[in-house]
Amino acid sequence: MNEPTPRRTWPLYEVFVRGKRGLNHVHVGSLHAADDEMALHNARDVYTRRNEGVSIWVVRADLITASSPDEKDPFFAPSADKVYRHPTFYAIPDEVPHL
Amino acid sequence: MSPHAEEEDATNAYQSLSETTGHDDPRWAFGSGFEDVQAEIEAPVPDGVDAADLAEYCLMLGDDALVCSHRISEWVSNAPELEEEVALANTALDLLGQARVLLSRAGHVEGAGRDEDALAYLRSDAEFRNVGLAETGDDLDFGVAVARLLVFSTWRLALLSRLVGSRDPVVAAVAAKGVKELTYHRDWAARWTLRLGDGTDESHRRMQAGLEEVWPHVEELFRTSEVEHRLVTAGVATDPAETRGEVDAVLDQVFAAATLTRPDRPGRGTLGGRGGRQGSHTEALGLVLDRMQSLARAHPGASW
Repeated sequence: MNEPTPRRTWPLYEVFVRGKRGLNHVHVGSLHAADDEMALHNARDVYTRRNEGVSIWVVRADLITASSPDEKDPFFAPSADKVYRHPTFYAIPDEVPHL
Repeated sequence: MSPHAEEEDATNAYQSLSETTGHDDPRWAFGSGFEDVQAEIEAPVPDGVDAADLAEYCLMLGDDALVCSHRISEWVSNAPELEEEVALANTALDLLGQARVLLSRAGHVEGAGRDEDALAYLRSDAEFRNVGLAETGDDLDFGVAVARLLVFSTWRLALLSRLVGSRDPVVAAVAAKGVKELTYHRDWAARWTLRLGDGTDESHRRMQAGLEEVWPHVEELFRTSEVEHRLVTAGVATDPAETRGEVDAVLDQVFAAATLTRPDRPGRGTLGGRGGRQGSHTEALGLVLDRMQSLARAHPGASW
């Protein structure tokens, strides 16, 4: 046997699944894959094997722009005390469950 | 918020799990997708069909799935990537689900009191009816594993898609569900064949070597046994010889795209006309059964 060549790691992908009854794709985890197509198939095998989903999105993790923990206060703290921004003063009709 | 807010959380992708696959649901354990497994399996033998032939045919289809499933499951904890390991485990479990229903049907139709476990764990190799391809080992060579699954799934998909209209309701139901499963297995294997065949020099060489390794078992897939002959007439079975055109066309398409060459190797011969369908196997099956049956034989009737 030849000396194994050092392996390059496959890039990381983030996986979003839309559940059977769900309205939105939600983040369920991540995986490694060599390319987009493989990522989609791996997501099917790893994250929907218990009948969880009807639709899958995958995106390379390095393409996601994320907020930084350092910016937590300027980003989020100012909205903590603005109760009037919640539409809780309206009566929501029963037939609109997902407002 | 409603008191059931948590149960009704529509954005939770995992919530349907607990609703559809609780441990009291027999389908969960069976992996068959049938609403009522027992009633399906105990359906009467169709008029004009010989029960012994039907039992034998269910063993053929069931043993192909069971033995191949075991071979694929050997990759669990050994695959090159976690994601591919799960894919292989899923495939093995799909085939195991098909095997369980078919062996249960065989045991019921045979009427000798043997259930799926007795058939899976207490038969000797000469009593198994699978084709040689299913028992072929791969020594954890990914190229061989992909080649075996490519050929097996292409052939089995061709078989099952013709069995959807079988007069036996269990064979028809397994076929209807299996077509979707096998379509994915074939897709997975074809993608890897493409990736490896049309990849680096080394991956091309190993993929071609994998095909050469499994090729002697291809000829047998299209050999029609006497039981199958009789059941084709009875409207239960399909003639495997008739799947050859479809299988060849699919494989040639994959080989061309993957820059691989169709192997030119003679098929493994029969022993006095007997092959896997008649219980004549390679020593590889003995090794599979040693491992697969060891627990059940060491601890008869064990459950947990």
